[in-house]
Amino acid sequence: MRGRTRRFLLPPWWFAAPALLVYAVVVLYPSGAGVVYAFTDWTGIGDFSFIGFENFTKLWSDEATRGSLVNTLLLTVAIVLVQNGIGLLLALGVHARIKSRSLLRVIFFAPAVVSPVMVAFLWKYVYNPKPNEGLNGLLASIGLGSWRQDWLGDPDLALWSVAFMVVWQFAGYSMVIFLAGLESVPDNLIEAAMIDGAGRWQRFRHVTWPLLAPAVTVTVMLSTIGGLKLFDQVYAATNGGPGYASETLSTVLYKQAFVFGNYGYSTAIALVLALFVAAVSLVQVHLLRGREVTVS
Amino acid sequence: MSFRYGLRTFALELLMIAVAIAFLFPVYALVTLSLKDPQQIAASPLGPPTSPTFANFGNAWESASFGSALLNSTLITVVSVLILIAIGSFAAYFVARWQTRLGYGLYVLFLLGIVLPFQLGMIPLFTLVDDVGLLGTYQGMVIFYTGIQLPFTIFLYTGFIRALPTDYADAALIDGATHWRAFTQVVFPLLRPITGTVLILNAVFIWNDFFTPLLYLGGSERETIPVRIFSFVGQYVSDYGLVFAGLVLAALPILAIFLVLQKYVIKGFSSGLKG
Repeated sequence: MRGRTRRFLLPPWWFAAPALLVYAVVVLYPSGAGVVYAFTDWTGIGDFSFIGFENFTKLWSDEATRGSLVNTLLLTVAIVLVQNGIGLLLALGVHARIKSRSLLRVIFFAPAVVSPVMVAFLWKYVYNPKPNEGLNGLLASIGLGSWRQDWLGDPDLALWSVAFMVVWQFAGYSMVIFLAGLESVPDNLIEAAMIDGAGRWQRFRHVTWPLLAPAVTVTVMLSTIGGLKLFDQVYAATNGGPGYASETLSTVLYKQAFVFGNYGYSTAIALVLALFVAAVSLVQVHLLRGREVTVS
Repeated sequence: MSFRYGLRTFALELLMIAVAIAFLFPVYALVTLSLKDPQQIAASPLGPPTSPTFANFGNAWESASFGSALLNSTLITVVSVLILIAIGSFAAYFVARWQTRLGYGLYVLFLLGIVLPFQLGMIPLFTLVDDVGLLGTYQGMVIFYTGIQLPFTIFLYTGFIRALPTDYADAALIDGATHWRAFTQVVFPLLRPITGTVLILNAVFIWNDFFTPLLYLGGSERETIPVRIFSFVGQYVSDYGLVFAGLVLAALPILAIFLVLQKYVIKGFSSGLKG
C-alpha cells in the first residue's frame, strides 16, 4: 500500500523546509566547517593554512591531550558499568512489591532532572577535603574516619570521584529505563518458569534478562555517549585538575579553543571525539541489537 | 514472584529505604548548610540546624540577580521548545510520509545530528553567531537549541507518525482540506503522547544546558540559571550557606515541576529513546 500512496496525499516540500534550514545553519554547516578546520592552523583571526594531519599527530604526542583521551575512555567505561549496574539493581528493588516503591522511584530519579553543573557544585562540597565536612565528616561520624580522602585533590582519585558523582546523578535515569523494560516482561512467562521449577536467579537470567535487552541497548548507549562528551561536571568540579588528572577530551578542546586560541587544534580534538561517538554508537547498536529477543 | 508481603519483601523494603537515605546524604548536606549562617557552619557543618535562618535565600536571590536568570531561562526554554515542536513535527511528517529515497535520505541526514557531538561545530558556529551579532541574545540561543535538538525531535516524531494510520489525513485531503489544515487539525492532535515526550525531554535539556549559554551568554544580561549560578558560586565560594541557598533556589523550579508531573516526566525519560 505504502508505495502506492497517491502523490497529492503527500505533504509538500515546505513541511520540511524550516527544519532543514535551521538544522543546516546550526549543525550541518558548522560541523562540516569543523572537519575542514581540523586540518588547519586556524587561530580565529587572520588567515589559516592547511597543515595536513599535523593537529592529529600533535594530539597524540601532546601528553595532556593524550592523557585526556585515556581519561575520557576510563571515565566512560566506569560510568557505563557502575551507572547501569546500580540502575539495574535499583530497578529490581523498586519493581518488587514494596510499599515505598513509588516514593523511592521519585527519589532516585530526581537528580537526573537537575542541571549537572549544580550537582557538580553540590558534590564539590561532598568531596570537601576538610576532615569534618561533607563525605569525610559523614565517614568520621559513622566510625570510618580512616577512609577519609582528598577526593578531588588526589590525582589518583579525582577522575573516579567525578565518575561517581555522575553515577549518583544518573543511576536513577538508568533505573527508569530498566523499569520500563521490567514492566514489559509478561507475568505469565515468569509464572511458567516458576512452575517449571526455575529459581529466582534462573528466572532472572533466562527470562527477565533476555527481555531487558532493548532497555540495555538504550541505557548503555545513552550513558556511553554522555560519558564520552562529559564536560559540565568536570569543568565545574575539577576543571581538569589536579594537574591534568581529570582532564577529558571536552575540557581539553574547550581550553585549546577559548583559553589558548588554537581553533584548528581544538576542532581536530572535536573530530576525534565525534569519531569515537559515531563508532561506539554503530558498534553498540549492532552488538546489542543482536541479542534482543521479543515476546510473540 | 509471590504477591504476598512476606518477610523477604519486608527485608527488601528496609534495604531499599536504607539505600535511599544514603543516596540522599548530599541533599541533606545541601539543605542543612543553606539554613545556617557562617558561625553555625563553622561550629557544626553537618549537624541538623538548631536555629535555621532563611537569610541565605534572600541574599542569594539578590546577589545572583536570580529573578532575571529565572526569566531568561524560562523565555529561552519555552520559545525553543514551542518552535521545536512546530517545525520538528512538520518535518517528521514529511519524512515519515515520503517513503521514497528522498524522504529516507532526509531522515538519515537529520539522524546524523544525533551522533555528531556539537563540539565538532562549536567554534565555526561560535564565530558565525558572533559575526551576525547574536552573541548575548535570546534569538541566538533559541536558534541554537532549535537546530541542535531537531534531530532528536524528528527522530521521536517520525517513529510515532510511521506507526499511525494515514487514513484520517488522507480522508481530509480527499475532502478538499489543504495540507496545512490536514496536518494541524487532524494529524497533530493524534501526536499528543509523543509531543508530551518531546516537550519534556527538550525542556529539561535546554533548561539545564550549561556549555553553550556559558559561551554565548556569559557576562551578558541574558545569562540562564546554570551560567548565573556558575559565576555566583565562583564569587562566593567560601560562603557555603549562601552558595547552597543559591543552589537550592536554582534547583527548585525544575524539581517542583518534576514532582507535579512526575508520572509524565518519568514516562518521557524511560520511553524517549526506544526506536
